[in-house]
Amino acid sequence: MSEAGVRVRLPAQLRVLAAVPGEVALKVAGPATQRSILDALEELHPVLRGTVRDRVSGQRRAFIRFFVHESDLSDAGPDDLLPPDVALGREPFVIVGAMAGG
Amino acid sequence: MSRVRLLVGTKKGGFVLTSDSRRQNWEVEGPFFAGWEIYHMDASPVDPDRIYASQSNGWFGQVVQRSDDGGKTWSAVGNGFAYQGEAGTHKWYDGSDKPWQFTRIWHIEPSHHDPDVVYAGAQDAALFRSADGGETWEELTGLRQHPSGPNWQPGAGGLCLHTILLGPTARIIVAISAAGVFRSDDGGEHWRPANKGLMSGGVLPDPDAEVGHCVHKIAMHPSHPDVLFMQKHWDVMRSDDAGSSWYEVSGDLPSDFGFTIAVSSQDPETVFVVPIKSDSEHFPPDGKLRVYRSRTGGKEWEPLTSGLPQDHCYVDVLRDSMAVDSLDPCGVYFGTTGGQVYTSPDCGSTWSAAVRDLPAVLSVEAQTLR
Repeated sequence: MSEAGVRVRLPAQLRVLAAVPGEVALKVAGPATQRSILDALEELHPVLRGTVRDRVSGQRRAFIRFFVHESDLSDAGPDDLLPPDVALGREPFVIVGAMAGG
Repeated sequence: MSRVRLLVGTKKGGFVLTSDSRRQNWEVEGPFFAGWEIYHMDASPVDPDRIYASQSNGWFGQVVQRSDDGGKTWSAVGNGFAYQGEAGTHKWYDGSDKPWQFTRIWHIEPSHHDPDVVYAGAQDAALFRSADGGETWEELTGLRQHPSGPNWQPGAGGLCLHTILLGPTARIIVAISAAGVFRSDDGGEHWRPANKGLMSGGVLPDPDAEVGHCVHKIAMHPSHPDVLFMQKHWDVMRSDDAGSSWYEVSGDLPSDFGFTIAVSSQDPETVFVVPIKSDSEHFPPDGKLRVYRSRTGGKEWEPLTSGLPQDHCYVDVLRDSMAVDSLDPCGVYFGTTGGQVYTSPDCGSTWSAAVRDLPAVLSVEAQTLR
């Protein structure tokens, strides 16, 4: 359990969709991984189901990337531990919409 | 006094246009869901303030929005569009087998009887139904699992189910690009192809092909549900037996290519199309934006040009972008990929732009509010 709370930074369009003005603070059950964070995010904001990862397969959507400490962790496994600073709330888990198209 | 409300979906958001029954001056609200593609918005015929919107984009996928107050406020409802059972495969452009994969909802069709019941047409082609106002969705599996399904192949826009016609009773007619027309008489449990008479010369050498027809849109007058009008990739077609057979009514049109088609609310034999030059040149012939009207159920067409640009016009009018209201005379409306929404309060005889500079218009629906 992340006692300090995990911080999640959403892309602008998802902030509008979920009606959150800034970062989302989450209590995450178990270790901080992509899966546990996204599970908690979708539990708190059901409207985000299907917008970050596919509803059926659970796969990250093609034009979504995950960053921590300015490092791209998109291709890490969904159950891989994220850097400790994420669980401690020192660094946000950043969800980014890829820069593509118009 | 009656009012008309237009629900306009665009590449970058939704817009709502309203006017009184004179249909001369339009108030424009929006964009709603700015930055998202709104493929379609439509309202319940039994509760006009209940509006559904299909919101999607390539980054964040599919969202469905619902308004219960005529479009003033919106709430996201369910987006669990899961193919039931073994998803299977359809044909890809190169003829290989491709697993069914959900991309987006092209068309939303609310029930004529229950505001909580709504149908949604998907890419890859499937028909979904919700009985709880869009909160949950269930696939009507008999369609996609028709024995011809593995041979369905996408049109240029994808393997999309873009037309849903409801009624009478338990009849549902859908159209899929480029599989063709399918009809159910039991509320969507069992389906059969309804493509007899459709010709796809140069594409399908078999004139009796059961599937493989690039149907662009079908229109139906609610009081004459056996009479269907179709804008096909090429050809304007008509059926007098609810799709059991089709015959061509392109007649003297300057091009029988196009995307959209509509039937007057006041006369089931009055039909509107917007001819487009060709499948490789998606703009009006000769740079003249002309709606063609038939008062004879097809074959004989007259160009309607008053108020429409007749020089250097190279916009497209997409399949879901034309609608009619239910006033007399019938109001006709269409949107263009150039962002104009043209309105006619007199059955197409004269036109004016209610708004000119929206994002590319994907869909237009008209509500008559009494």
